[in-house]
Amino acid sequence: MDDYKITTDALDDVGHLISERALKGETVLLNMGPQHPSTHGVLRLLLELDGEVVVNCIPDIGFLHTGIEKNMETKTYEKAAVMTDRLDYLNTVGNNLVYCLAIEKLVGLDVPARAQALRVILVELQRIASHLVWLGTHGLDLAAMSMFLYCFREREMIMDIMEMVGGQRMMATCIRPGGMWRDVPAGFEEAVRQFIRIFPKRIKEYENLLTRNPLFLERTKNIGILSKEDALRWGVTGPMLRASGVAHDLRKVRPYSGYELYDFDIPTQSDGDTYARYLVRMEEMRQSLRIIQQALDKLPSGPVRSNNRKFVPPPRAEIGVSMEALIHHFKLWTEGFTPTKGAVYEAVESPRGELGVYLESDGTPKPFRVHWRTPSFLNLQVLPLLAKGHLVADLVALIGTIDIVLGDVDR
Amino acid sequence: MTTGSVWEWIIKSVVIVFGLLTGFAYLTLLERKVLAKIQVRIGPNRAGPMGLFQPLADAIKLIFKEEIIPSRADKIIFVLAPIITVIPALIILGVLPFGGIITLFGRQISLSLADLNVGVLYITAIASISIYGIVLAGWSSNNKYAMLGGIRSSAQMISYELALGLSFIGPILLSGSMSLHDIVAAQKPLWFVVYQPVGALIFWIATLAEVNRAPFDMPEAEQELTAGYHTEYSGMKFALFFMAEYIKMIAVSAIAATLFFGGYRFVLEDQYPILGPVWLLGKVIVLLFGMIWVRATLPRIRYDRLMAFGWKFLFPLALANVFFTAIGIVLEKLWLIPLLTIAVFLGAVVMVGISETRRWRSHVF
Repeated sequence: MDDYKITTDALDDVGHLISERALKGETVLLNMGPQHPSTHGVLRLLLELDGEVVVNCIPDIGFLHTGIEKNMETKTYEKAAVMTDRLDYLNTVGNNLVYCLAIEKLVGLDVPARAQALRVILVELQRIASHLVWLGTHGLDLAAMSMFLYCFREREMIMDIMEMVGGQRMMATCIRPGGMWRDVPAGFEEAVRQFIRIFPKRIKEYENLLTRNPLFLERTKNIGILSKEDALRWGVTGPMLRASGVAHDLRKVRPYSGYELYDFDIPTQSDGDTYARYLVRMEEMRQSLRIIQQALDKLPSGPVRSNNRKFVPPPRAEIGVSMEALIHHFKLWTEGFTPTKGAVYEAVESPRGELGVYLESDGTPKPFRVHWRTPSFLNLQVLPLLAKGHLVADLVALIGTIDIVLGDVDR
Repeated sequence: MTTGSVWEWIIKSVVIVFGLLTGFAYLTLLERKVLAKIQVRIGPNRAGPMGLFQPLADAIKLIFKEEIIPSRADKIIFVLAPIITVIPALIILGVLPFGGIITLFGRQISLSLADLNVGVLYITAIASISIYGIVLAGWSSNNKYAMLGGIRSSAQMISYELALGLSFIGPILLSGSMSLHDIVAAQKPLWFVVYQPVGALIFWIATLAEVNRAPFDMPEAEQELTAGYHTEYSGMKFALFFMAEYIKMIAVSAIAATLFFGGYRFVLEDQYPILGPVWLLGKVIVLLFGMIWVRATLPRIRYDRLMAFGWKFLFPLALANVFFTAIGIVLEKLWLIPLLTIAVFLGAVVMVGISETRRWRSHVF
C-alpha cells in the first residue's frame, strides 16, 4: 500500500499546515471544495477528519480572485464605481454606497436629503435580500430545501424593485458620487409598500418552519460557539459579532447617510452559536423593514444628486443650452474629477459586517490605492476555530452561518 | 404443480416487477410535481402533457450516458453494488397480497405471488440486504465522500433496524400470524393502526431511515458529502441506486398499508375483488405523499443524532409498544393498547423535550 502514502510534495501550498498525525495516516485528509455544493461559491477547505469529526480545517481562498482592487486604480473615480457591485454580489447597492461615501468624504461633496433617504431604502432592501439568500442557502445546507425557494420568491420582489430603480437586477450601480444616478420611477413607492405589506407574513412563515423545529434546533444549537472575546480578537463584525453579545452596528455607532433619523433596534443574542446568529439575522430583517417604512414615510422631495458641477456631470438637458455644462460634461467623462492629495476610510454596516473602503488619492483623477475591508474575509478566519471538534455535517452549517460571499473574500 | 400454475407465477412476477418499474418512473414525476407545488414552482412540464413523458426522457438520458468506473476502484464490487441494492427492492413485494381471489378466463387467480407463512420475516430479511450494496458501493469507489456515505449508512442501519423489527411485532401479536395474508384478514373489522398508533408511527419513521429518505438521507447528503455513496456512479449504474431507493419507497409504503392500514381491503372490495389492488395503490400513494411532504419540510438530522434517536428513543419506545400490546392481548382488553402506548409515547416526548432543552442550555454539544 505504498502508493497511498501521503508525501508533503504531493500537497500544494497549504501542505505545511497539515499536522503530523495526518501525514502519518492516523487521520483522513479530505478536500472539500472548491467544487462542492455547500461551500457557497469556490471556497476550498482542507479537512483533517477523525472519522467524521473535524480535527482541523484549513480554509484556502483565492479561487474567485478578480483583481478588482488593483483594477480600480486604473479607472477614474466615477467609472470605478461600476466594479464595486461585483465585489459582494449580494450587497451590490451597499458596496456602491460605501464607495460613494468615501469619495464624497474625500472631495467634500454634499448629498441631497432625498438621495440619502433613497440610499437608505435601497440598502436596507438589499440587506433583506442578502439575508434571504443567507436564510435560503443556510436552510438548503441543512437540507430544508423548501426554504431556499421560499426565500428566493421574496428576493425576487426586491430584485424587481432594483431593476425598476437601476435597470438591472443585481449590478444596478444606481448610487453615484453626489447622490443617485437618477430619481426613482413612479411605481417605486407602491412596489416598496407592497413588499412591506407582504414581507412580515412571510418572515412568520419562515419562523414557523424553522425557529422551533426540533431538527433545526438540533442542527444549530451549541454548534460553532463564538465567544465574545474571540469575536473581538478576530475582528469579526456584523450579525456574527452581535450574536456573540456585542451590540456593535455602524448604523448606530457611526451613523451615515442619515441613519440617525430612523428609529430601529440592534438585535443581539448572547449564546454566540449558530442558532443565535439565525435569530439575530431574522430580527435584522424585521428592523430593516422598520427603517424602510420610516424612510418611505418621510421621503423628502427635491433633487437626488448634488449640483456641484465640478464632480457631478450636468443633466443632458443642460448641455444643449449651457457652454459651461458642456465643458463640465466633457471634462468629467474624459479626464474625471481630481481630488486633492489625501486618504479616507469610510465604512458601512453591510449584511455581513463592517464593509470599509480605504481610498488614497495622489492628486490625479485616478485613485492611487483602493483597499476594501470586506467583512466576509475577516469573518471567515474564525471558521477553523468554530469547526474544531464538530462533525462534517456541522461544518456545512458553519459555512452557512458565517454567511460568506466569495466575491467579498477574494477581491 | 401444473404447467398452468408455473405460467401463472411467471406472469405475476413479471407484472409485479414491471409494475414496480413503472411505479418508480412515475413516482419520480409525482415527487417532483408535489415538491414543486409545495415550493411554489411549476415542476416538469416540458416533456409531454403535464410532463408525463419526463420519466421516459430521464431514462433515455441515463441509459445513453457514459459509465465511468474510477481507475482505482474495486471494479467487480463497484459493478456488483448497484445490483445488490436494486434486487432486494424488486423482490421484497413477493409476499404481499395485492388483492383477494378473482376469476379470470375461468381460472381462480389469487392476486398475490406467494403466501409465505413467515412473510414478515422474509420482508425484514430482504429489506436489510440492500444496505450491503450501499456500504460496498461506498467502499469500492475509492472516494472519501463515498466511503463516509457508506459508513453512515451502516451506522444508520444498526440504529433503526431494531425499532423497525419490533414495530412488526404489534400486527403479528394482534393477528397471531406472520403471514401478510392473515394480517390483512385480521384487519377486516378494524385497521391495526387503531390498536397500534405508536407502532405505525415507529414503523413509518424507521422506514424513512430504511429507504434513506429525508430527514434521514445522510448516506447521500448532497450538502455534506456531495452525493455520498453514489458520488462516483454515473449512467445506468447510478440509475439503479436511484431505482432501488424509489422502488423501496413504494415497497415500504405497501408494507405499511398492509400491516397497519388494512392492506387491499376497503369499501366494496368484498363484492368486487378487482378493487383490491386499486385500494392498495390509493393507500400507497397517500403514504408516499407523506414521505414527499416530509422531505419538503424538514431539515436533515445529523447522523450521530439519528443513532441516539434510534437507540435511546425509538428502540425503548418500540419495546414498550410490544410490551403494552402483549398486556392488552393477555387481558383481552384491546382498547387498552392505544391508550397505554399513546400515554407512554407522550411521556417519552415530554422527557426528551426536557432533556434536550437542558442539553442546549448547558452549552455541551
